[in-house]
Amino acid sequence: MINLDFESEKVYNTGRAPINIHAFKVPLGKVHIIKERCKECGYCWTYCPKEVLEKSDYVNKNGYHPPRIKKGKESACVACGMCEAICPDFAIFVEEIKNE
Amino acid sequence: MNKKLIKPGNYFMNGNFACAEAALIAGMNFYAGYPITPSSEIMERLSYRLPQVGGHFIEMEDEIASMAAIVGASNAGAKAMTATSGPGFSLMQENIGLAVITETPVVIVDEMRGGPSTGLPTRVGQGDVMQAMWGTHGDHEAIAYAPSSVQEMFDLTIKAFNTAEKYRNPVIVLTDQVIGHMSERLLVKNYEEYEVIEREIRKFPDPIGKVHDFSIDYVPMVIAGKGFHYNIDSLTHDEMGYPSNDPKIEEMMVRHLVEKIRKNEDNIVEYKEYLTDDAEVLIIAYGITARSSIEAIRKLREKGIRAGMLRPITLWPIPKRKIERLSEKIHIIFVPEINFGQYSHAIREHTKVPVKEIHFPPGAVPDPKIIIRNIEGDAT
Amino acid sequence: MIEEAIHPKDIYLRSDRFPHIWCPGCGLGIVLKSYVDAISKLDIPLDHHVLVSGIGCTARLPGYANVDSYHTTHGRAIPFATGLKIVNPELQVTVISGDGDLFNIGGNHIIHAARRNMDILVVCVNNFNYGMTGGQHGATTPEGARTSTTPYGNIEHSFNLPYIMASLGASYVARWTSLHVRQLTKSIMKAMKMKGFSFIEVISPCPPNFGKYNKFNDGLSQMEFFYENSVLDNNADLSEAYIDFSGKRPLIVGEFVQRIRPSYIELERDLIKRAMEEP
Repeated sequence: MINLDFESEKVYNTGRAPINIHAFKVPLGKVHIIKERCKECGYCWTYCPKEVLEKSDYVNKNGYHPPRIKKGKESACVACGMCEAICPDFAIFVEEIKNE
Repeated sequence: MNKKLIKPGNYFMNGNFACAEAALIAGMNFYAGYPITPSSEIMERLSYRLPQVGGHFIEMEDEIASMAAIVGASNAGAKAMTATSGPGFSLMQENIGLAVITETPVVIVDEMRGGPSTGLPTRVGQGDVMQAMWGTHGDHEAIAYAPSSVQEMFDLTIKAFNTAEKYRNPVIVLTDQVIGHMSERLLVKNYEEYEVIEREIRKFPDPIGKVHDFSIDYVPMVIAGKGFHYNIDSLTHDEMGYPSNDPKIEEMMVRHLVEKIRKNEDNIVEYKEYLTDDAEVLIIAYGITARSSIEAIRKLREKGIRAGMLRPITLWPIPKRKIERLSEKIHIIFVPEINFGQYSHAIREHTKVPVKEIHFPPGAVPDPKIIIRNIEGDAT
Repeated sequence: MIEEAIHPKDIYLRSDRFPHIWCPGCGLGIVLKSYVDAISKLDIPLDHHVLVSGIGCTARLPGYANVDSYHTTHGRAIPFATGLKIVNPELQVTVISGDGDLFNIGGNHIIHAARRNMDILVVCVNNFNYGMTGGQHGATTPEGARTSTTPYGNIEHSFNLPYIMASLGASYVARWTSLHVRQLTKSIMKAMKMKGFSFIEVISPCPPNFGKYNKFNDGLSQMEFFYENSVLDNNADLSEAYIDFSGKRPLIVGEFVQRIRPSYIELERDLIKRAMEEP
């Protein structure tokens, strides 16, 4: 798999990046977790491309461990929405933070 | 009224065509069916006639699909019908239950032929009587009309649609091969003389706030696409239509489904009496067998046996109060049927006098002589 | 950063019924997500959407979506939907049901609906077994796979669903896995806009049944299999698109068929018009 990490210098220097890449801002996402709906399938923390999520210690009323944000990844979410799309339990969603 | 409906007047017509024309007068606008002798002429007629009045006709892949399709169509607001015979009726049973539990009005015409299994496709039988009542699993009440002439096939088909709408329940027109295939006089009255009950459709926003109401017999139906966003479920469900495993909910739901018919039995039950005023011997017969019985009664009376007949028009619910009342003054009941004893079992439940079965094997119209011989042997 | 809130898709759900009945790792919630995502993005009024299902785990899906929904008898969702659609073509009728419901007990109905080019969308969630009854084998169980009724391995040949549907003349045929969430959503949106019969197969994990019997310990391991073996090929030779879990053949996904063929509703309305104009 090709890892297109636009933040790295490597991509800027390949000449393959859009010439106006600086006009695009990397979006910032805010993750909301509805803990009581979670069934701990693990899809969100497995398929988050930014590896923002991990299993938490919290036990919900049905005995499952919902996800939490990894330490140090608090502003790593880019609001791609993969966790929201892949969650079978409607237990997670992402809100894009708009900074004007 | 649509100018393409059958014009009022006198006709010489077979029972199947009469049924098809009556359904159009009743406002039927969706038919799904599968060919089966002896009911195919209903479908053939409707394939030609329904599109003329703007209705929908579809020949499905089997009777299971036909039955499911009419329940679906009715849930979209149509007056829907299918017609079949014994083997197809067996296949329809599960989805008749779907119509019961979802309280969907539909009409099923079953033309009884000889059975079991494929049996005698082109010959008469009356072996589906118990199936009409108990064919689909689980507790429910059936409504079944048994016409015994082409005229009744016409009139009762219209009535079947009305009853289905009134009680939001499937209604069966339980007839036989002879009535379906026989041609005789049919009088079509002026349209305004026919009572046609139109579907009462619930309007959005919903004044009731739930899809079902188990506390009352009837609430207007919710149909698809009107904004309700309700769930209609074949599982045991609560009043919101949500599935439930709770035995209390099952009790509420089933009690409602059964009681809405039982409480209104007196309004649904229909029958005809023939010379019962002074009768000592009572024949209870329906469909084509009732016509053989009339001939038998005439001959028996000539011989001095005071015979009379009760002809249930609604086989289900059974006219039990009438049977109970007649039982007070007669001393024996004979039940001729083209089967080896079905309706007789239901009659025994409502009378203390002896009930004698007269069995006719499927295949022919009952011979009045056999009825006479049986009654003479027992009554004298 | 994390706080409890109302899910933005809850308005399309009967959220009072959540959490749903499906097991952890089951793909059905993802299909529900794709469906509500699709209807939220389309310009079809919400009131016109109708969901119909038969019986099974998948068939519980309509009960969670906030649209008119019908949970009918086992295998009979398609004829029921046929009745709804013919009477009111304004409705956007979607059947979401399982492989057992649609292709085993209901197999007759789906082939005829496709043949008629009936204007409905059928989403078949294929988990290769009967989940609700405890993981028995069915017509889609791959050869060799173990289920609760094929303890020695399945000796029967299995259905190749897109191949069947394409051969019957369906207007739209696609296959995705429950990992292809975005493609699935787009596919549902596209199929709803198509005239005629549309069919989408969604390959989905069933962790406690098919998964357990076939060395997928949880939903994630089956998802990982999809991730590693899925190959997008819109022009695939569908006769080769059958599925096994040996890992030796690609799991072909894509939009295989998109064609314009007169739909049943178009033809039926034309027939009625002709019949009504007859003197």
